[in-house]
Amino acid sequence: MSVDFLIAVLITVVGASTPILFAGLGELVTEKSGVLNLGVEGMMLVGAVAGFATVDLTGNPWLAVVVAAAAGALVSMVFAVLTLSLSANQVATGLALTIFGTGLSTLMGKSFTGHGIKAFTTIFPDWLANDRIGKVLFSYSPLVYFSFIMVGLVWWFLNRTRAGLILRAVGENDLSAHSIGYSVTGVRYAAVAFGGAMAGIGGAAFPLVLTPLWAEGLTGGRGWIAIALVVFAGWKPGRLLAGAYFFGLLGTLELYAKASGTVFTALLPSEGWAALPYLATIVALAIISASKAGGGNAPACLGKPFIPST
Amino acid sequence: MTDTPPRLSLRGITKRFPGVLANDDVSFSVRPGEIHALLGENGAGKSTLVKMIYGIMQPDAGEIFWNGERVVIQNPRAARKLGIGMVFQHFSLFEALTVLENIALGMDAKIPQRELEGRIRKVMQQYGLTLDPRRVVADLSVGERQRIEIVRALLLDPTLLIMDEPTSVLTPQEVDQLFVVLRQLASEGCSILYISHKLHEIKALCETATILRAGRLVDTCDPRVETSRSMAEKMIGGNLKDIQKPAGRSFGREKLVVTELSVPAAGHFGVPLQNISFRVHAGEIFGVAGVAGNGQTALLLALSGETTTPDAQAIRIDNAGIGRLDAKARRLKGLASVPEERNGHAAVPDFTLSDNSVLTGRDRLKLAISGIIRPGAARKYTGEVISTFSVKATGTEATAGSLSGGNLQKYIMGREILQRPEVLVVSQPTWGVDAGAAAAIHQALVDLAAAGSAIVIISQDLDELLQLCDTLAVINGGRLSRAMKVSEADINEIGLLMGGIHGEGGQAAAPAVPAGLGAEATSAA
Repeated sequence: MSVDFLIAVLITVVGASTPILFAGLGELVTEKSGVLNLGVEGMMLVGAVAGFATVDLTGNPWLAVVVAAAAGALVSMVFAVLTLSLSANQVATGLALTIFGTGLSTLMGKSFTGHGIKAFTTIFPDWLANDRIGKVLFSYSPLVYFSFIMVGLVWWFLNRTRAGLILRAVGENDLSAHSIGYSVTGVRYAAVAFGGAMAGIGGAAFPLVLTPLWAEGLTGGRGWIAIALVVFAGWKPGRLLAGAYFFGLLGTLELYAKASGTVFTALLPSEGWAALPYLATIVALAIISASKAGGGNAPACLGKPFIPST
Repeated sequence: MTDTPPRLSLRGITKRFPGVLANDDVSFSVRPGEIHALLGENGAGKSTLVKMIYGIMQPDAGEIFWNGERVVIQNPRAARKLGIGMVFQHFSLFEALTVLENIALGMDAKIPQRELEGRIRKVMQQYGLTLDPRRVVADLSVGERQRIEIVRALLLDPTLLIMDEPTSVLTPQEVDQLFVVLRQLASEGCSILYISHKLHEIKALCETATILRAGRLVDTCDPRVETSRSMAEKMIGGNLKDIQKPAGRSFGREKLVVTELSVPAAGHFGVPLQNISFRVHAGEIFGVAGVAGNGQTALLLALSGETTTPDAQAIRIDNAGIGRLDAKARRLKGLASVPEERNGHAAVPDFTLSDNSVLTGRDRLKLAISGIIRPGAARKYTGEVISTFSVKATGTEATAGSLSGGNLQKYIMGREILQRPEVLVVSQPTWGVDAGAAAAIHQALVDLAAAGSAIVIISQDLDELLQLCDTLAVINGGRLSRAMKVSEADINEIGLLMGGIHGEGGQAAAPAVPAGLGAEATSAA
C-alpha cells in the first residue's frame, strides 16, 4: 500500500465521519440537557433534502448549510412541543420524528432524483494542497473544518460557560434547577433546537461533501450510529470526535473492501466488513456497560419528562 | 424595637390547591435577628407557606411585607434580591457537578470562578464550615451537602434565611454545629425562619414559634417557656398519647440471629455490608440507627430476602438458616418486612388495598390457594387492617396510591403486623407520617413485641429509636457497631458512631469508630 493510497483512505474517512460527528455533537448537547431525541435520523434526512434543494435552486452551498440547519431545527421543534410542552414520551416521539423525517425527505426529494449538484469546494488556494502534507491538511470541504471548530466550541460551552453549566444542571436535576429559578423547559427547547440544527447540517453533509447526487434515505442509518456514539463517548465531546472517526474508518473499510477486493476480502468477506460498524457498536456497548465509569456518566434526568409543580 | 418594622410580615396568606386549603389566612411577623420556628405536622402547610415567601408559588390571597413595605415575590430570583435565602429539605443539588459549580448555579450575578472560590472560602472560614469546593457532590455526606446549601445561601448576604427541616438527616454533632452557625447569623442581624417538627431543637434554638395545623395558624408561643408536650399537643390539636411500654420486660429465646453477614455493593452508589452480626430475642425491639446512605437499604434487602446470601447460616430464625431463601420463603418462615419506600416497593400504588394484602399475605394467611386468589378472604383481612389501624380510606377497594402517606404507612404496617410475624423488619416506620399516625404505629410495634415477636427497626430518626427500642446499634459505611442497651446508651457515643467516617471533612473523624467493633457486636447482645 502506497502512502498516496493511505492518504486517499484518510480523506474518505474524514468525509464519512463528518456527518456522524455533527449529528452526534447535536445529540450530545440535547442529551446533556436531559432530553433523549431519537429522531436524529429523521432530522438528518430533512436537513439533507433541504440542503440539496437549496444548492439545486441557488447553487450556493453556504446558504444550503444555513437552510439545512434551520430545517433540522424546525422539525426538532415538533419533537420539542410534543415532549417538552405536552410531556409526551420522548422515546416514542423520537421514533415518530424519524419516521416523519424519512417520509418528508422522500416526498420532497422525489423531484430531485437523478439531479446532481455542485458540492463544496475547498476554501484554501489549490497550491496549499499540492504536496502530501498539504493534501492531508487542506484538501477538505469547509464543513470538515467547521465540524472540528464545533467540537471545541461545544466543549468550551459545556465546561467553561455559565450557560453550559446551567444546561448540564438542567439535565442533571430538573427539579432543583427549577427551584433555583432556571427555566428547565426553555433550556431544553434551546438544546433540542441546537441538536436539530446540527443533525440538519450532518444530513446536508451527505450531498454537500460525500455524494453530490440525490438518493432516497441517503443517510443510511448514520443517525442511529450518532445516538449510540453519544453513549460510547460518555457525553464528552473529545471522545465523541474519536468515536465518530472510528466509525467513519469502519464504514470506509467496507467501501474499499467492496471496491478493491483481494487485500481486504482475503481477511474478511465484504459482508463481514459491512457488518463491522455494527459489531463494533455491540462490543463498545458491552465494554461500556461492564465498566462502571462509562455507565455512570449519563445525565441523571435523561429521558424523563419535566412536570413542574404549580 | 418598636420603630423598626418587622423583617418579614405575612397578612392573611391563603393558598388553595385542588381539594385542599393548604394555607388559610395565615398572618405572622419575623423581627430582624430573630430565630422564628414554623411548627406543624406533615401537611400542615409549612412548606407551602415558605415556598410563597421564597417566590416558588404565589399566594391566592394575602399580602407579604418586607421591612414594612408591601412586596410581590414573583420568583426565587426576586426573593434572593430582597435578601431571602433558603435551604431546602430535599437538597436542590446536582450530584454530578462540583461544590463550586453547584454554588455558582445558585448565584444570580455572574462571578468569575476564581473570585467565587475566594468568597466561598471566606464565608466558610467566617462560620467555621469546612468543605472542599472542588469535590463532586456525589461523594459527599448528607451533612456536607447541607453545608453547600448553607454556604450558597450565605454568599448572598441574606437578611432572612429559611431552613426547611434542616436537621432531619444530620447526626447530633452536626446539628450542634449547625446551631452554632445559625446563632452566629442571628446575632449578626439575620432573621431565621426555622421549619421543623423536632420540638427539643426548637426549644433549644428559637425565640418564637408559630404553630400551623391543617393550614391555619393555631398559636404563636415562646418555645423556651413551653414544654415539648404542650407544643406537640398544639400541633396535633389534641392530647398526645404516650406509648404504653411495659416496664421490666423479659425477653424470650433468640429469634433472629445474624452472623457475619456480608453483601457486595449493589450498583454504582451502593454500600456493601461488611460482617454484620447481631441477635434479636423474642419480645425485643432492636434498632439500627445511622445517617442515610450507610447501608440501611442493603441491610433491609438482605434481611427481607430480596437479596440472598450464599451462606445460609448468616441469617437464622429459630436456629434455622434462611440466608439462601428468597423473600417468599422467608415470609413462610415468619419473617415479614416493610421497606422504606411506601409507593412502589411496599405497596403497588395502582392496586387496591385488598390486592396489596394478597401480595404479602398470600401464603401465611392463605389469601391465595394453589395460585387462585380468594377475594373474599383478602377483603375481610384488609377490612380488619383498616379498622384496627384506623386507616382513612374509602374502603378495601381503594387504590394504595389514593391514600395519604401516613394512612398508607398505617395500612402497610397493619398488613404485616396482623399477620403476627415471628420477626418483623421495618425501615423508617414513621417517615413523613404525622404525629398521630406515628404514635399509633409505634404503639402497634411495641404491642407486637410484647406478644413475643422479634422486631428490627432501621431508622434515621434517633428519637424514635431511643423511644421504642430495647437494644440499639449504629450502621456506618456498611458496618454495624456493637449493640448497646438503650437504657445505658450514651447519646454522644451514638452520635460519634453515626458520624463515623462521614464526619468532619470526610476523613478526620474516622478514628471515631474503633477497630474491631464489628467483632464485638457478636458478643454484646
